[in-house]
This record gives sequence, C-alpha cells and structure tokens, in this order.
Amino acid sequence: MAANDVAMATEQQADPKSPEVMSAFYSRLYPFKSLYTWLSHTPVPISTKDAGVPKSSTNWTHREFAFTLQNDAYLRYNSFQEVDDLKKQIMRLIPSRFEIGAVYNARPKDKKTLPASALQPLRRELVFDIDMTDYDAIRTCCTGGAICRRCWAFISAAVSVLDTTLRRDFGYQLLLWVYSGRRGIHCWVSDESAMVLTDDQRRAIMGWLEVVKGGKDMVKKVNVRVAGGLPPSLQSSLDILNENHFMPIVLEDQDCFGSRQGWETLLELLPDREVVSNLRKKWEDEDEDDYSSKEQSISERRWNDLRREVKAVAKGSTRRAALMAAMEDIVLQYTYPRIDAEVTKHRNHLLKAPFCIHPSTGRVCVPVDPKMVKDFVPEDVPTVGQLLGELDALGTKTEDPSTLNWEHTSLKPYVDMMDEHNRRILQAERERKQAENRKDMSW
Amino acid sequence: MAALTARRGPVASTSTKSSAPLHVENHFQPHYPYRLNFYDTPPQFDVTLEQFESWGLDRLRILAEIESSFVRNRAFEELKGIVNTQQKKYLTLNSNTAINADKDAERKKDHVSHFVLRLAFCRSEDLRRRFIKAEMALFKVRWETDDPKEREEFLKARAFGWGDVSDAEKAELEPHLKACLNPKQLQYFPQEKYYKVPWSRVPDLVHGRRVYLRAGAAYVPSREQSSIVFQQFQADLEEAMEMTARALPRMDEDRLTPILDHLSKGFLAGVASEYSAPESGESVTADMIDGLAKKHFPLCMRALHEHLRKESHLRHQGRLQYGLFLKIVGLSIEEALAFWRKAFSGKMSDEKFTKEHLYNIKHNYGLVGKMANYPARSCQTILTTYPPGANEFHGCPYRHYSEDNLKTALQSMMGISSHDMQDVLSSVRTQHYHVACTRVYELTHGIRKGEGLGGGETVNHPNEYCQRSRELEKSKNAAAADDAMKID
Repeated sequence: MAANDVAMATEQQADPKSPEVMSAFYSRLYPFKSLYTWLSHTPVPISTKDAGVPKSSTNWTHREFAFTLQNDAYLRYNSFQEVDDLKKQIMRLIPSRFEIGAVYNARPKDKKTLPASALQPLRRELVFDIDMTDYDAIRTCCTGGAICRRCWAFISAAVSVLDTTLRRDFGYQLLLWVYSGRRGIHCWVSDESAMVLTDDQRRAIMGWLEVVKGGKDMVKKVNVRVAGGLPPSLQSSLDILNENHFMPIVLEDQDCFGSRQGWETLLELLPDREVVSNLRKKWEDEDEDDYSSKEQSISERRWNDLRREVKAVAKGSTRRAALMAAMEDIVLQYTYPRIDAEVTKHRNHLLKAPFCIHPSTGRVCVPVDPKMVKDFVPEDVPTVGQLLGELDALGTKTEDPSTLNWEHTSLKPYVDMMDEHNRRILQAERERKQAENRKDMSW
Repeated sequence: MAALTARRGPVASTSTKSSAPLHVENHFQPHYPYRLNFYDTPPQFDVTLEQFESWGLDRLRILAEIESSFVRNRAFEELKGIVNTQQKKYLTLNSNTAINADKDAERKKDHVSHFVLRLAFCRSEDLRRRFIKAEMALFKVRWETDDPKEREEFLKARAFGWGDVSDAEKAELEPHLKACLNPKQLQYFPQEKYYKVPWSRVPDLVHGRRVYLRAGAAYVPSREQSSIVFQQFQADLEEAMEMTARALPRMDEDRLTPILDHLSKGFLAGVASEYSAPESGESVTADMIDGLAKKHFPLCMRALHEHLRKESHLRHQGRLQYGLFLKIVGLSIEEALAFWRKAFSGKMSDEKFTKEHLYNIKHNYGLVGKMANYPARSCQTILTTYPPGANEFHGCPYRHYSEDNLKTALQSMMGISSHDMQDVLSSVRTQHYHVACTRVYELTHGIRKGEGLGGGETVNHPNEYCQRSRELEKSKNAAAADDAMKID
C-alpha cells in the first residue's frame, strides 16, 4: 500500500512529455525482449557475441521502426540488427512514442542507398485499429478524445465481434489486442498466413468486415444485404450483438434514442411510412415527466414501442420483413465494429508499438485479453508516473535498485500476457517449420 | 531441366497420371494442347533474334492498346472487341476446332512473346505492375472467348489445389452456402459443384462477401471458378516477374539488351514502341516536311507548322512538341538542324540561331545534357500538360482553341466541310477530343465512320496519326501500281 501512496505522489510530477521520465521508462521498464520475440517470431538470442548463435531473422532486421521525437519530428525507415540496437537508439532519441511498420525486402535503414522504389514491404502483421472518435455520432457520454467506462462498452462490443470473426471465418489464432493508451484499441494478427497477405488481400478482408459505411450526411450507414438476407458471417455477428451488447449499451446506458435528435434518427432509419408516423405522434406527445419514474430507460421503451408496431404488421408480409431487416440493420449500425480501414489495407502503414506511453494520458499501451475486454477499465491502466513511483518506492528498500524492472511493478501482468502470446507464436512457428521439413523430406 | 519444370515435389510424382498430359519435348516444333497458356514453363527451344524482337513487338502492340483502353476508361466489353481485332492482326490464336490453322505455331509465338516481354518489363516496379495488369486483361479476354469445353480441359490439366467439397459437407453447410447466393442463382444450387480453397486465393469474392468462409477456407461455387483462375494467374505472374527481375542482371547476352531496352521504352512512353524510333530505312529530309504536313499531320502539328512558316518562329513549348514529333517521323539530327535553321532564318541570324537553339535541338535528340532519348508527346501529355498561353500555338487545337478558331482551322487546314463540321464539334463539346481527331482522320482520308485508324482504333498519339496516314497512302499507291501493271 505504501508503494501505492508514493506512486500517487509522484504521478503528479511525472509528465510523460518530459525526457527524464521517458528515459527512465525506456531504460527501466520497457519490455524490449518481449517486443523482439513478438516481432521476430524467434526467441531472444542469449548472447549475440557467441559464435554459432543464429542471426536475427529478417522479421526483425528488415523491420521498419518510426520514431516520434519530443519535438514532434517523425523519423521513418529505421531498422536494427539486434534488439539492443533498438534500445540504444531509443535511449539516444527518447522518442515520445514509436511505431512498427512492415518487414521489407531489404533493410529499411538502407533506403537512401537503394535504387528508387527498390524497397518494398513483404510481410506485416494484419492490423486493425478501432478508435472511439468514429463513434462520436452515436455515443452520448463523451466526444473527441475523451473516453469513459461507458463508451468503452462500444469498444468491448467491437472486440468481441471482430475477435470472433477473425478466428471463425479466417481461421486466425495469434491475435494480440492492445489498448491504444487513450480512446481506442489495436489488433495485431501474427499468424504466418496473415503475415504474408498482399495489400489486395488485406483490402478484401476489409471488404468482408466493413459494415458501417458513409459519412455524416448518410443516415443509413448499413447496406449489406443480398436479396434481403444477411450474409452468414454478419448474421453470426448480429447474434452476438443482440445477445450481449445492443440492449445494455445503446438502450440502457447510452440511451441513444432518448433525445429528440436520437429518436428522429431512429425514425429516419425505418422504411415504413405508417409505422414512422404512428411512432412520431406517440413520441412527440410524450410528457417529459413520464420517463423519470420508470425503471426502463426511455430508449428501451421506445425500442419496445417500435417492436409492437412491427408486430402489428401482418406476418409474412413484405412490409414486416422490411421492418425486421431495418431493425437488424439498426443494431449493426449502433454496435458493429467501426474499423479504420486505411490502417488495415496497406502493409506499409505504421502502428504504435505496444507498451508505448500515450503522450497526453501517460498511460501504457497494454495488451488486453479479448475474453475479459468487458471488464477492462481504461482508467485502471498504469501510467508511466505510477510505474516509476513503484520502482522508486522499492528502490529505497533494495540494495541494488538497478536490478529492478517491469517485473516488480504493476506492468507485470501485462508483459506476462504478451509473453504468453509469444509462446503461442513460437509454438506455431515450430510446427510450421516441422511441417515444412516433412514436405522437404518427401521431396 | 525436368527438375526445373516440375512444380514442387508431390506434384512431380503425379505427372505420370493420365490426367496430366505428358509433355513431349521437341526443340523445334513444341506442341501446345491448349489455346490458353499459364506460362508456367519458359520456352526451351531456339528462336531467331528477329523472331525475338518482332514477336515481342507484336504482343506489345496489343498490350499498349489494352493500356490505352484503361486510360480511356473503356468498358470490358469494348476492350474485348478491340483486343480481338488487334489479336487477329498481330497474334492470332485459334481454338482446337480450327482445322486449317497452324495452331502450334500461333501458340509458340504467343508463348515466346510473353516471355520476351517479361524480360523487357521486369526491371522496375512500375513496369512490372503495368505489364501484369495488361497481361491479366489479355488473359481474361482470351478466357472469355475460349471454347468452354477446351477451357475445362485446360483447367483439368493444371493443378490449382482446390479441394472438392463432398456432398455431405455441402448438405451440412447448405443454409450458409445458400445465404451467399442471390435468388436467381438459388435454383441451381442442387446441381452446383463447390470447391474449397484458401480464402486468399479469391480476394475479390471475399471482398464482396460472395462466398462462405470457414476457418480460412472459402467455399466457391464452380460458377465463380474463373475468379480463382485469374487470381492464380496474377499471383504466379507477380512472383515470376520478381524472380526474373532478380535474375536479369546475370543475363549475359548483349545481343538482347538493346532489343529489350527498346521494347520497355516504348511501353514507358505510353504507346506501342513503333513511335519511339523512326520507321526503319525511311528517313525524312527537311524539304519533305511541307509536303508531309499537308497530307499526313494531325491538326495540332499542322497548326504548328503553318505558324512556323508564317511567323518564322515558334515558342519553347511549341518547338518541343513539334520538334519531338518530327524526330519520330524520321527527321535525323542533321536534317532537323537544317529544317529549324531554315525555318527561323526569316527573322534570325545564323549566329543567333546557333547560340540560342542549337543546344536545345541537340538536347531533344539526346545528344547533350541528360542524354535522354525523349519520346514524342502523346495526346495525353499534350492534352493535360503545358496548356498554351498567349502567343503560343502548341497543345491540342480540339481542346485549347475556341470553337470559332477551331472551325476556321479545320476549314482552312484540313478542308472539313461545314456539313461534317458539326460531327466533329459535337465530340469536342462533350470533351471527347480523341474522337474528334479520329473523325477528322476518317473524313480527310475517305474512311468510313467508326473505322478510325484501322479496326476502330482512336488516335492517341500524333505520330500514330501520321504513320497510319502514310501507311494508308503507301498501300493505296501499291494497289494503284498493281492495277497499272494489270492494265499493262
């Protein structure tokens, strides 16, 4: 407990924008070895000076890193021979954050000496970026950069749908979810079959996944039906959303149809003039006082009003079918993952590395367990100040404070999560090599 | 060689099965059982240098026409028609049912020319991308026009690695599979055969959610087979081009290098290679230009010429546009110097000409400075770059002249009657400048509307215009000479 108190005290002074804080973070806390294994799909070499140690894989040596310096300068096309070289460079530059790019056909740092356009991205994790700003039109609690426990529920719905879809439809298994430090989440897929996807194939995945489309001026943002029905994959996603997410998030917590603007939007999404006019009449006359006493939220009641109206339409009629479809589309529009497509489509797109510090919140970009995403609380993620405070508190009791690292702080469970993920990557890599060897033998 | 041509281990052992045709190697007359070719194996026989170049050129003409169709946003059906006419001219491919054609010879030319162009276009990312795109389109056209039965046999002969979906599995997945079909297709479901492939092989189907996916496997109805085939063709070609690019520096063959350079430059300039070098043996001299201009130059060049004659001067962009055009028409550097010196002499001393213009003309010919062999400007360049300012006469008259000026120019220089004028002007008003120029070509050469430069081709390069015009005259003269002989 004492450690926590000190942590709280230092947290005030630990400005994530100060070079001293960041330097201490990178030298004492950042888990470089875990990062290395995760990116290279190989264990960290015990000592690189030993003869016979296999050289770093090109997954590492030809990998692009980009640094954002304290003065916002952006340095692209860095690459490193060993994990220590990356650490040395980071200690020299003290970037406010750094990003990870593709594995190229040559070392990215040699870009200037290579002929123009000779440097081409070859491999890259399949990545997804979900950002809360894309939900501004529907969330009622915060806007812009702000995020609270309540809007995190949208992210949690997105994660459960996307995680399930990637495993079920595409067969991927090595997914790492990482909190972006403020208002979003990233997903990195490290399966070999995902690493080698071309840009065209990545675009195809986005085509498969993307459901909510269109800008501000487009009211109906979901148009995915083939002859009235939903494609099987989206039907399964809809089931997940209906079962666990739509009701608690949209109806109860966010109360999306509570305000006049909210229910007007809802009516605009309905294709039936009669139903719309019935509901409009009912809701316009509703008395403000009617709501407060009820246990149900206004949105929930209105959703039930809509249901009743739909049930009143003759069963089996095309009108009824169209209304049912519209209600399903509304569920998708309000809860289906909103993915930043551009990040996924191009192999050479850069994405912030896990365990970086978000410059404005000071929080660490920690891995998130998709099964527990519902219980994840962004405010509970350790900040750089808190972690350094924990180290300082321990340092007064330890003989040699320089031996202390992330293992002794509340960062440990998150690094452990990544190491566990890395073990699965290494296992998959071994199995793949064995399968390849068998194939070679038969030849 | 056998080890090289066999694809991967397990497949090699199956090659003795009856389904895979036994390839009998004949070094002089290779046999091709199918019209379509996946170009898996490079030609392993001798070809002459002349065949190497001329076959490559012929294929290039088709690819260049495909490229320009992309640029002009032609629909696939239209592209198909154009490719078919071009193929008949340069690279005929008959189906197995054609009895009288020497199919093996045709297919040999197709096979060789494909590999020649691979060598020419593997050197840069940009060239590779454009080549693959054009070859893909060519393959698609051939695929669609192929005899369905032959196509099926062709597919059987090559292992695509698609797994059959058993009836039991199909029954199990029926609701999912049906959900991906539109109502029209539903009725065929019972007969439909399904294949299972890794999803990454059918990205376009995945993109449009037109297949069912489970754990990375796409369930593809046989109707969508072509999608798998096209993707495979493209993926294989991409990989092969990368390999060729890496191996190319090791190619020790200085007879081929200049030919390959020549071919790739032609493509780079955005047009078939015939315009990057003068027609062989046909040099043009300075004093021929006046005559040629009247008969064979498109309006843009004609206007520059008339202005040069009237004012004894042209401004910089005009000199560039016209000078490069004349270079490709066949004016040698000596003749070009003579031509420009004389043209400017009305207003300029010899000394001043030497001081101000000699260098630029030599530069155009790649003799000084960067030493680049500049191509002549294509219609696209003329239309979209360096719009003419006041007192400048370059550019495309159809686009850059006011309607009144254009009318006058067409009347005075091309002799277009007021009756035909509307036809031309209506294309101009809808901004179809290529079409307007092509129409003028038809009118001035007495060609039926729609024929264009031949086979419905539109003008996309001033030199193309000029060359076709000269060819036409030559063939007319030859025909006339023939007639004269007969009379004798």
